[in-house]
Amino acid sequence: MLLVPCPYCGPRPEVEFRCGGEAHIARPADPDALDDAAWAEYLFARTSPKGVHAERWLHAHGCGRWFNALRNTVSDAFITTYEMGEPRPDITGGR
Amino acid sequence: MRRFSLPTLLSEALNAHQGWSRQWRNPTPKPAYDVLIIGGGSHGLGAAYYLAKEHGLRNIAVLEKGWIGGGNSGRNTTIIRSNYLYDESAALYEHAVKLWEGLSQELNYNVMFSQRGVLMLAHNQHDVQSFKRHVYSNRLNGIDNEWLTREQTKEFCPQLNISPDIRYPVLGGALQRRGGTARHDAVVWGYARGADALGVDIIQNCEVTAIHRGPDGAVTGVETTRGPIGAKKIGVSAAGHTSMVMAMAGVRMPLESFPLQALVSEPVKPCFPCVLMSNAVHAYISQSDKGELVIGAGTDQYVSYSQQGGLHITTHTLDAICELFPQFTRMKMLRNWGGIVDVTPDRSPIIGKTPVKGLYVNCGWGTGGFKATPGSAHVFAHTIARDEPHPVNAPFTLDRFRTGRLIDEAAAAAVAH
Repeated sequence: MLLVPCPYCGPRPEVEFRCGGEAHIARPADPDALDDAAWAEYLFARTSPKGVHAERWLHAHGCGRWFNALRNTVSDAFITTYEMGEPRPDITGGR
Repeated sequence: MRRFSLPTLLSEALNAHQGWSRQWRNPTPKPAYDVLIIGGGSHGLGAAYYLAKEHGLRNIAVLEKGWIGGGNSGRNTTIIRSNYLYDESAALYEHAVKLWEGLSQELNYNVMFSQRGVLMLAHNQHDVQSFKRHVYSNRLNGIDNEWLTREQTKEFCPQLNISPDIRYPVLGGALQRRGGTARHDAVVWGYARGADALGVDIIQNCEVTAIHRGPDGAVTGVETTRGPIGAKKIGVSAAGHTSMVMAMAGVRMPLESFPLQALVSEPVKPCFPCVLMSNAVHAYISQSDKGELVIGAGTDQYVSYSQQGGLHITTHTLDAICELFPQFTRMKMLRNWGGIVDVTPDRSPIIGKTPVKGLYVNCGWGTGGFKATPGSAHVFAHTIARDEPHPVNAPFTLDRFRTGRLIDEAAAAAVAH
């Protein structure tokens, strides 16, 4: 089980959280202007990187707040967390 | 290839078994091949075998970054069944089961396919209705699947606790008698031996690090840890690493890779007659020929390549197993591990062409690829050789996520499988 560093409550066990999947996938402002391929890209295409991954977490059984996190998908170690709406921090490493 | 038979076994018995040779070569990669398969699991080796056997291609190599069968082929719980809801899935998995039924003879290799029956338990009214719908749908597709009442499930699997007062009471079950298990390593080794005998080069410890494309965009070869290798066609059969391999060719995939866990108990004498699945609690259990109880759990909620999952996932599964089978509460678990499974949004696989000319992909098997091995390999080989899909895998395109023609087994079963 992961120890998830909630920026509001501190480190808490993973069972208190819901992982919300890949971060920074913005809903297109004008869906009507998109062709099927672009809509499919928004709905279905995912990065699934082997390395640093930006993802959303919800502290469902805690403060109830969403936040973004960078996590290394090889070691599962969290690198940093940041607020929803903030751009992805420029960190490429992480153990 | 020296065929296995009673006379060869007898002659070797008299020869102190000194005459057996290695079952496949360990070749140095050639500068170029007609077809490269990336991924030496059972699906990849099987595809190479059928390319050589049924399509007459001879200049084929399988590239494996570790050792063959060391990924999900060696990490799954070896359950085989074809009782899927939708016509497309039913056709695909039934194609596989039919090939399983003749696979040991086809490969001259005992894959220990055992049709001991797969029983899927219904724990609530929704399960009952959903499974009955599966049974009727399967019958329309000519696939055996039958509804068992609560008492009949106990008759089929006497170890089962069907008390009405347990946390996950059993209301009945769907039984596919032709379902069962096979020996996962034997499948890998059988295909490797068969492919090697037909001239396929199996190259291990050879990780692909780049995919090269020509001026027209078509693939021209790969860069590997053992040097560059040219190719006219490339088939990607890389399971949990498919997203990473396809990114080398600039293709973004509708996939996410999650850990899926399994565990085995200490070996005991034969005590469990069938394969039993409970979708509601996400537990799978059967007994291997070595005597270990083989137990499958669910996926973790986050993308990971760590090949280990959270302990709470296995604990949840074992809670349910212990309640359904009180006699197993004192069994010791010997090993647990995770495999990295590539999951599609509709929980159905992708087998077909890609936007890149000469590049083909077989992926998205998620939590249930083993059962499909021969069928998957067979239709993937057809797709690569003919540059067009076999009728069975024609609906399983990458393009279905653009057109919206999803094969939504996720919604049909309400769980991953």
